[in-house]
Formats: sequence, C-alpha cells, structure tokens
Amino acid sequence: MAKLHSAKDLQNLKQYVGTHNDPSVTCIAVCSGTGCQAYHSQDLADAFTQEIASRGLQKKYTVRRTGCHGFCERGPVVIILPDEICYLDVNSKDVPDILSQLLKEDKVVERLIYKETESGQAIARQEEIPFYKHQTRTLLHDNRLIDPQNIEDYIALGGYSALAKSLSELDPQKVMQMVMDAGLRGRGGGGFPTAVKWTSTRDAPGDPKYVVVNADEGDPGAYMNRSLLEGNPHSVLEGLIIGAFAIGAHQGYVYVRQEYPLAVQNTAIAIRQAHERGLLGKDILGSGFDFDVTIHRGAGAFVSGESSALMTALEGKVGEPKPKYIHTSVQGIDGKPSALDNVETWANVPLIINKGVDWFKSIGSEGNYGTKIFSLVGKVNNTGLVEVPLGTTLREIVFNIGGGIPKGKQFKAVQTGGPSGGCIPASLLDTPVDFDRLTAIGSMMGSGGIIVMDEDTCMVDIARYFIDFLCGESCGKCVPCREGLSQMRRILENICMGEGKEGDIELLEEIASVMKSASLCALGTSAANPVLSTIKYFRDEYEAHIREKRCPAGICREITAYYIDPEKCKGCGICARNCPVEAIGGAKGEVHEIDQVKCTQCGTCFEMCPERFSAVVRVPRHQVQSAADHEMELHRR
Amino acid sequence: MEQIKLTIDGKTVEAEQGMTVLQAARQAGIDIPTLCYHEKLTPYGGCRLCTVEIEKKGKTRLVASCVYPVEPGLIVKTDTEEVSKVRKMVLELLLPLSPTGPIESLAKRYGVEKSRFPGEPTGCILCGLCVRYCEEIKGACAVTFVKRGTERDIAFVPEVASAVCPVCRECFPLCPSGKAATLCLDGTEFAPLA
Repeated sequence: MAKLHSAKDLQNLKQYVGTHNDPSVTCIAVCSGTGCQAYHSQDLADAFTQEIASRGLQKKYTVRRTGCHGFCERGPVVIILPDEICYLDVNSKDVPDILSQLLKEDKVVERLIYKETESGQAIARQEEIPFYKHQTRTLLHDNRLIDPQNIEDYIALGGYSALAKSLSELDPQKVMQMVMDAGLRGRGGGGFPTAVKWTSTRDAPGDPKYVVVNADEGDPGAYMNRSLLEGNPHSVLEGLIIGAFAIGAHQGYVYVRQEYPLAVQNTAIAIRQAHERGLLGKDILGSGFDFDVTIHRGAGAFVSGESSALMTALEGKVGEPKPKYIHTSVQGIDGKPSALDNVETWANVPLIINKGVDWFKSIGSEGNYGTKIFSLVGKVNNTGLVEVPLGTTLREIVFNIGGGIPKGKQFKAVQTGGPSGGCIPASLLDTPVDFDRLTAIGSMMGSGGIIVMDEDTCMVDIARYFIDFLCGESCGKCVPCREGLSQMRRILENICMGEGKEGDIELLEEIASVMKSASLCALGTSAANPVLSTIKYFRDEYEAHIREKRCPAGICREITAYYIDPEKCKGCGICARNCPVEAIGGAKGEVHEIDQVKCTQCGTCFEMCPERFSAVVRVPRHQVQSAADHEMELHRR
Repeated sequence: MEQIKLTIDGKTVEAEQGMTVLQAARQAGIDIPTLCYHEKLTPYGGCRLCTVEIEKKGKTRLVASCVYPVEPGLIVKTDTEEVSKVRKMVLELLLPLSPTGPIESLAKRYGVEKSRFPGEPTGCILCGLCVRYCEEIKGACAVTFVKRGTERDIAFVPEVASAVCPVCRECFPLCPSGKAATLCLDGTEFAPLA
C-alpha cells in the first residue's frame, strides 16, 4: 500500500477506490459479526463466492464480509446492494435461489424476506423493515458497506477525511471547540462531557499524554462496542487520532477484552493498514503530527472497565481501581494525563468534524445530543443492535423497534445500564432514554445494554442475579463493596428461598446506602442499583416472597410448586410424557397428578400443557405441601 | 513546602501541600479511626473507616480521608451522622470476620454491640497491611492477595514465605486481628498455592 502524504493524497485515493467500485456490480453483503458467524455466516459467504464463480458471474456480483447489521435475532443477515434487499435467517442452501432470483431482473426470494408479524405483509427493503425504519443509524449505517479488514472500503465512504480536515484545515483548539460545542457526552455510561475531559488532559501537567479507547465492555447482554469495533474499527481509530491531535497526545491504546477475538483481530488489521497508509505513525498526512496506537488485551475482569482499574491494568498490574480524588484525565497511566473514552464516543468524533456541530445537535434531546447504540436483548421479539437518537423513549425502543414481547406475554420491566443500572417498570416506559433521565429514575445509561423482561421474570431473582455477578466481579478491595455485596447476596438468596424475614428489605436499603456513599470506585457506588430499583418499583414482589412465601412470577423454585387442576386436566398425557423426572402419575385418560417429592420445578409440564386446557398452574409451595401433609395425615388415620 | 489552610471540625488546621486529610487531622490532634492505614505505607483506601465529610463549593460528600489530598479552604467534618452511619456499617460488616480484638472494641465505640450479619470468623479483614508492608518495606512480597470480589483472600507465596516469614514476622504486630501470625505459624499455609 502506498503511503498518503497529504489530504490531497487521501482525496485522490478515495476517488480512485470509488471509480474502481463499479456501480453496476451488485454487492452481496454478508454479515460477519460474531452473532452471525455463530450461525455459520462465513460458510454462507463462501457459498456465495463459489456459486458466483461456478456460474461465471464474477463481473456482475461481488461478496463482501461486513460487520454486524444489527438484526441479530434473524441472522445470518444478507443485504443485496445497492437495492438494499434484506434477507434474514439465510443459510448456505438458500444461495442458489438468491442468485437465480437476482439474475431474473432482481427478483426477491419471498421466503427469506421480512414479514410483518400481524399483517403478514412482506417487506424486502432493509430501510422499510420496522426494526430498521425506526432507527437513526449514524454510527452503524456504514457497517453493511464496509469490509472491516479493508481500509479502502472505509476510505471510499469518505473515511479519514475528518482526520485530514482536522490536520490541514483546523487546529487542535478548533477541533476541541467543535467537540465542546457539539456537547458530545461519554458513551461509556457516565455521560461526562467529552471535551471537558479532553481539556483537562490537555492542560494537565506532565508528558507524555495518552488517549485510550475503552473497549472493556463487560455488562451481561451488551455487545454494542464489540460490534462497532468489529464492524468499523477505522471509525474508532479516526476518532482517536483526531482526539489525540486536539489533546496533544502521541500515544494511544485500545484496551479491548481478550474475549472479543474478532474485535482484537479487526482492530489489529486496521492499525496495520492505517500505518501502511500513513494515517498512523510519523508525520500523519504530511502534517507533522505523530501518533501511534497499541492494542492492550484485557485479561477478563469486569472492574477493569472502570477508568483507574483499566489504567492500572494497562501498566501491567492487577486491574484494581485506585482511590482517585484526582481524575485519570489528569493522572492516569503511569501518573500521566490520560483521556479515556468509550469506543462509541471516539466513533462520534469524525462525524462531528465532518458533518458539523449543528448537524450533531439536530439529533437527540436537549443536553443529550447525537445517537446512542443499544443492545436490545431479553424477552423481546427483535433482539439486536439498535441505534436511536438520545431521548427516544423506552416504549419506542422496546415496542416499535423491538417488536414487543414474544408469545403475547406481558411486559414487566427493562433493565438498563448493566449490573450498575436499574430495573424500570412499565409505568415509566415513556421515559426518554438519556443520561439524565435514566439516572433520575434510579437506573443509568451505562454503556447501552437494554434487557427486556416479561411477566415470567421474578424481580427479586433478577436483583439476586446481578448482585451475584458483582460479587464475582468486584475487585474486593474496599469493605462496603466486598462485604456489602456478600451480605446482600445472602439476604436475597434467603428471600428467594422463602426464608426472608421482616426487616430484610430495610436492611438491604441500609447496606445499599453505605455502599453508595462510601465505596472506593464507581462499581461499588452503583452496585446496589439493581437492588434499590427493584425495591423501589417492585416492593410488592419482595413482600410476597417474605410474607407469603410466594414468588409472584413463579420463578423461585424453592417456594414454587406446580399443580394440576383436576377439574381442568383432560388426561392427555403430554405433561407426563415430557416430565424429565417422571414425577407425573395418572394413565392416559385419567386425571394426572404431580408427585411433589420427585418434582424439580423445571416447569416443563407448565409449558407443555395445551393452552386450551391450561390445567397446570404455579402455586406457592406451601399450598401443595400442606395439602400433601393433610393427605398423609388422612392416610395415617 | 507550601502551607495550606483548611478547616477540620471547625478548627483551622495548617497542612503541607501533598498531605492527606487524615495526616492533617492527626497532626492537629483530631482523631479519625483507621484499619488499613499505616504511616509507613502507601495509603490504600480499602477499609473506608476513615470516611469523613467534606464540603467544597457548597456541596458535601463523603471521602476516604487517608487518600484525599488537602486543599486550601476545604471544610472537613469527621463526626457527622452520615460519617458515623458509614463507620457503623463498615464495622458491623467486619465484626463477623474478626469478632474479637481491635475490631470488637472499635465496633463497641461506634455503638455496634452485635452484628446482624453472619460470617466466618477467619480473622482476616483484607486490610492489606501485611501485603503492603512485605512489598514496600521488606521488598519480599511473601504474602499477596489472591482472587477477587467476595472470594478475595490473602495467601503466602510458599517459595518466598518459607524462607522469609519464620525469621521476619514484622507484619505480625500490624495485623488488626493477629491473623497474620496465625496464618504464618500454621505451616499448612505454606503449602503451594492452588
């Protein structure tokens, strides 16, 4: 690859790549994000390549392995460009059909396109599918157009032109001012104004200064940083270089989880190619500005996403938070000023430079400008990556984009912000999702995980799950966090087992308040949020567990039993056949009965009993227990 | 060295630039309880017992005084309701781990007669005094932290500890519960790390 020595060189390369991308060639974009790869999308891409070759159609069709398209629920996803025909749930066997239809004047394969759930209407174009239609994809838009392992794809779309503009037309101060004026806030969770952080790093005494990409995404169910880094690593790198220019840093790090092999690989390739093109290294684009990036692979500790812990890990030590009353932006890596921002924050920077402050501020809500990527997971029809303007309501995200709750079940709550976030009830579904409002209702933005929960979710169990997660992921250094979490987990486990006592809720709140005010780092101060928010919005569930020994959702096994209503049971035998522990007695045609001693409360009978009978019900354990005791008593007499 | 004036419990206190609030307070004869602090060692900020309330630009918040640097005009209160709530909870959480000795008397001082929490009386409260002493003063690193979260523990590095510890024993008196001595003198602890 030839080195680019000026902004003009970059412009020429863009034009050159552009003219070599023949518009008459149809591009088959096969999602090669981690999710689709798990569904063998690499084999699928191979199948397309072979089929095209065997039919001698190389001049007409090309295959591109791209990053994540977002609609992970229906992967592997294939998009035919430029017409944007979107095929879902594609596998290798569909390849001949797709090509044959394409050859017939771009006809579509009906069975592989999106169908409306209610009307059954078929929608072929990606942008018209409700999942995509209600999104504003400024960061993820290019994923389907780019092979992340090919820098020319990125350059063809105008990539690195924001860097060229910053270096040749702007100066560091102007870049800083633009980011400041755009009001960009950190996408990692805190929502701290990015330019304020950059300014403190720039102005802090000490050299060298560092810029760092935080790709230590560790929240359960969250993968937006992963997909961005896998699918469009150059957008993150470009932002990082621009930031370094504004701050006056000459060394950067990408701190990425070891568990994200594709992100590590694609970032490494991107760095190498940027080097070869002269976009990293000495005298970038002939500007005299030097900058280099090193990848640091995180060794798998959730707490290392916390800024001081991340920098400790970067120094080669155990990733533990430092007591910091001086920000890492002033004293970070090796005590030097270090600006740490989330993957998504960096990726926003080139957009601001290229499209301008006014454009950026036209998206989002007051004080919360731009878009945010969320990973929408859990009990929702369309799981996937969703990018919407900040300030979009939860209802829009869960219902318009997410397509609501599967199997006609009732929505119960959404959990945002990962283990440090909170559970938001149905009554607050119209809350606009932005940094300030989520915090106001006891949750937080976090890095953007949204977990949807339906009526079959026990909120005490959810709190127990997150506290248990944090028990393993806290560093264990400070007493409120370590011992507080441990005691909280014990209390929550007791409640779930029906051994909760009056006063437990208050005790949880008391521990939580001390954790919040006295823990050493942000993990500890926010660790109680899952407990506090579930107590706040679902206190009745805690009380039902404690007072009535009843789990309203029927999830907590120790206090739940399954019972076959003899009035409703038609003796069809389905439940008995499917019971894994043979706990259901009664011959075909006779009323069935569950042996409560054998039963493991797996719920299979409940799921299998035909809806028209609905004979299996969940009841509090003590009800069947007392009935069984009663029977035993009668028997004895 | 530049002198800084701050207020601790209503008293104007002079401190040197770079000192912590805890050092400034102790220098002025104001007592703040600590468990993981030792004047010879790098402050750790782990036990949170030294939590105090600070006021800056009209806003108050709780900080660990052993790591918070003094600032001109800072207003510090070492004995507010919020502060004692934190200290009480910290001691109540630690008491089951170390039910006798210094933790017990500190707990009594802060009104914790009995902890509401069950726990295994391992003796170790993970203050890290032995770990830091061994590393910073002795340069031996014979004892170290292992694992994380609620599983966090201290362990001897057998190859080093078997040679160093029996003759050194300097960390014994630092241990708030005497656990270091028990651990060290109990030969099983020198078994190789799992």
